[in-house]
This record gives sequence, C-alpha cells and structure tokens, in this order.
Amino acid sequence: MTALAVEKLSVRYGAVEAVRGLSLEVKPGQIVGLIGPNGAGKSSTLHAIMGSAPVVGGDVRLDGSSILGRRPEDVARRGVALVPEGRRIFGELTVEENLQLGLAARTKRLNGGGLAGAYELFPILREFRTRHAGALSGGQQQQLAIGRALASDPSVLLLDEPSLGLAPKIVDVVFEALSRIRDAGLAVLLVEQRAQRTVALADESHVLANGELRLTLGPQDAGDTDRLVKAYLA
Amino acid sequence: MILAFANLSWPVFADALALGGIYALMAVGIGLVFGVLRLVNFAYGQLMMAGAFALAYGDQWGLPNWLSILFCFGVVLALSALMDRLVFRPLRTHSPAVMLVATFAVAFVLQNIALIAWGSFGKTAGSLAVWQAPWDIHGVYIRKIAIIAVGTAALCLLLLQLLLTRTPVGLQMRAASMDFRTARLLGVRANRVIGGAVLISGLLAGVATVMLSVEQPQITSTWALPETIYVLMGVVLGGLNRPIPATLGGFTIGFAFGLLGGILPSNQSQYLPSFIFAAVIVVLLVRPNGLFTRGGAAVERV
Repeated sequence: MTALAVEKLSVRYGAVEAVRGLSLEVKPGQIVGLIGPNGAGKSSTLHAIMGSAPVVGGDVRLDGSSILGRRPEDVARRGVALVPEGRRIFGELTVEENLQLGLAARTKRLNGGGLAGAYELFPILREFRTRHAGALSGGQQQQLAIGRALASDPSVLLLDEPSLGLAPKIVDVVFEALSRIRDAGLAVLLVEQRAQRTVALADESHVLANGELRLTLGPQDAGDTDRLVKAYLA
Repeated sequence: MILAFANLSWPVFADALALGGIYALMAVGIGLVFGVLRLVNFAYGQLMMAGAFALAYGDQWGLPNWLSILFCFGVVLALSALMDRLVFRPLRTHSPAVMLVATFAVAFVLQNIALIAWGSFGKTAGSLAVWQAPWDIHGVYIRKIAIIAVGTAALCLLLLQLLLTRTPVGLQMRAASMDFRTARLLGVRANRVIGGAVLISGLLAGVATVMLSVEQPQITSTWALPETIYVLMGVVLGGLNRPIPATLGGFTIGFAFGLLGGILPSNQSQYLPSFIFAAVIVVLLVRPNGLFTRGGAAVERV
C-alpha cells in the first residue's frame, strides 16, 4: 500500500526545468529522504505535490487517486501537510493560534483536544502556548511548524529542510520527533541538506541532482561517505 | 486660529466623534480587503454611493426606514460580491498596481453610470433626517445621529474584533493577511477568506452609508468620494497592513475633520483639506510605517 506516489513528475519555471521525470513512493510508517545539492529540485518536488508549483508532466497520487492540479488548500485538506522551508510560522500570533491554524485543514469534526498530539510530541509548545510565536527560538519555531502540520491530522507529512539553521542538539530533537511520527504510521517525505543523518534515519533516501534521481540509498549506506560524495558530484 | 477653539463645544465634539466613527468603519472595511488581497479598493466610495441611491429610492417609494436600510445593504453587498467576482478574483494573481488601477476603473465606471442615470443633482435620501434632531442631555443638545453613529461604530468594531480574535475564520483571515501563501498550504481556503473579507467590508460600507446619508442626504454621483480619499489617507496614516492602526488612522482623520470643520469659521474651513493633507505628509515623512504601528515592523513581507 502506498500513501503518496510521485510518477515521472516534471516541474518547470519558465525555461528552467527544476524537476525531470522524478518517481518515488512513500508508504505509511515510512520515512523517505530526498537529498541533494542546492537547486537539485527537492523543494520544487514538495511544492509540486502541494499544488503550488507548475507541473508540466507526470502525476501525483494520494492513496491511489491523482491530486494533480488541485489547489494547495485542497491538497492540505486531503491529508497532506507541509512543514515549509524557513518554518513560516506566524510570528505575530501566539503559539496556540499557530497550532489552531493547522486545524484549518481538518475536514473531520474534531473530537475534543485537537492539539493534544502536537503538545504531547513537543511539550515546550504547551509551556509557551500563550506566547507570540515570533519570540520563540529557532528550534522552538521548528517544533511549532511541525506541530502545526500535525494538528491537521495528516496521513502524509512533507518536510522542507527542518534542520536548517538549527543547533546540533535541536537537530537531534527534530530527528527524534520524526522517527516518532513515523512510528505513528504517517508517510513522511523528508527533504534535507544533512545527507548523512537523513540516510541513517530514512527507510530509503533518494539523491537528486539537476532535477533527476541519481541514486537510492538505504540506512546501511549511511557510513559509506564515498558513495554519497560521488552521488553529489555526479 | 487660536480664537477658533473658543467655538469648541460638546455638540461639535460629539459630531467629530461621529465622523471619526464613520471614517473608522470605512477604514477597517478598506483595510480588511487590503489585508487578504493586497488591494486598495478605491471603488469603496462608489459602493457606498450605490447604497445611498438605494436609500434615496427607499425614501421616494415611501418604504419604512428598516426596509430602505435593508435595501441599501442588499445593494452594497450585491455590488461588492459582483466586484469580487468580476474584478478582484480574475486579477488576484496580478501585481498590486494592476489591481489598484482596476479599482480606479471600477470607481469611474460606477460614478459615470450614476451621473448618466441620475444627473448631476442626483436624488435625496431624506427619510432618516429625523436623526438630525437633537437629544437634550442635561441641557446640552446633541444630534441623535452623532450618538447613533458613535454607538453603531463602536459596536461594529467590537463585533469585528471578536470575530477576528475569537473565531477560527477570524484567525484564518488574520493569518491570510500576514502570509497568504503559507495560510493556503495549511488548508485555509483562499476563496472563503477573501469572500468573507469582502462580505464584512461590504457590511461595514452599508453601515457607513446609512450614517453618512443622514449627514449628507443629497446623493450625487460623487457622494462619499472625498470621504473615501480622506479615509484612504487615514488608513495609510495609521498603517495600511494592520486592522487596528488602520482603524485608528481613519478615526483620527474623521475626528480632525469634524473638530476643525466645526470650530473654524467657514472662510478658514474651506482650506481644511489642504491643511490636513499637509499634516499627513509631515506625519508620513516622520513615521513612514504609519502613526500607530510599532517602529521597525515591516510593512510588506515578501
């Protein structure tokens, strides 16, 4: 069973082909990593899935049915949540209001405690729930961004460089949370710059360069730095 | 000028508060739509003008007041929904400059339709003139409209504030006005938020129309046009991007017009708009982000 399937996806911005014929699958309870140098097309892939990037070919399927051409809010409401690059939290709103925005994508009626899951995963958010989100540290904001995505009760979670600009200790917190999210049965597609850590965490990792899939690695390859470097330079 | 302040009295003060209240409603109506669409709706005054003609027809047909007010709201809301569908939505992805010019076009089209249909003398909306009569409050005579306008404006602003801060749709509207793209990625439905903002903005225009028609019962094609320009100035003065500063800005301009207009002799008050424009320019030179915003806050995030 596949939660998210990307089939021969191509994304083009004007004359620039950002993604060329990319195919990948993510199953429930699985983390799939998407690594590669800057400009490889990683973020474009995520935005194409969300319906906010111009797709020129291929298909995106959610539980078997195509979601291509849908508006971002409709994709979100069908159970795909994105943790965007740079976190994109609403600094002038409180932590709790940010989390409540995550509820916007819920189509099912809430059965109480809609934010309980997010608070359980990141207790710091409960502690700071009445603060303005802009006053949080970068690591706390990243936890908020992930908590906000989870508040929508998604079946697929997309993350765009969640470790960017974070202290190593906070990166540990984020990666630990990702593995707990996987254990909860979500399908996770993780775009990252930290290649080695991603390969070690993910069930499989695709190396992307120039918009094309170059190589697929498993957790056993995490120590094989040569292979990684070669894939990056290829 | 100094001597003129000797003319300050409670009725003048009350009238100034009322004008401030009406301008504040218009300011928040313009500000809400700007928040979600990054669109300054220059045609806001023409929306009100259309509503005022509805009031005038209500008067002519001898409708009871509640029915003419309802008719006025119907016209304003229908027209704003139409504007949203025909102009704002198709142009939503275009640059703010394109949208601004489009609202100019809409404004002039509506204005000229009114000029062709009703001529330069227009019509009279006189049925609410009873509100011009004063109430005797411990020997001070204050016009009913002043009290009604202040009360209605305060109530509307309070309800709006509750809507924006206490309901999910209000939260989504605030988020959309801060970062529309991210809000959509979270599942906030663009059309619903924009439709909601346009609807509320139209309701506020309707309220402002009824109040202003009591002050100015002669309805012509340029009715509410100067007010719209003053309010836009007030909105920019307060801080375009934030509802509360924008409202305060609108109120300040209205209050200043009301107060100075009330106390200056007429040979001086004819220069009033020029003085107020000059004051606004000075304020914006000193505080370009707006009078009521915290310093350093970015006006437009990209």
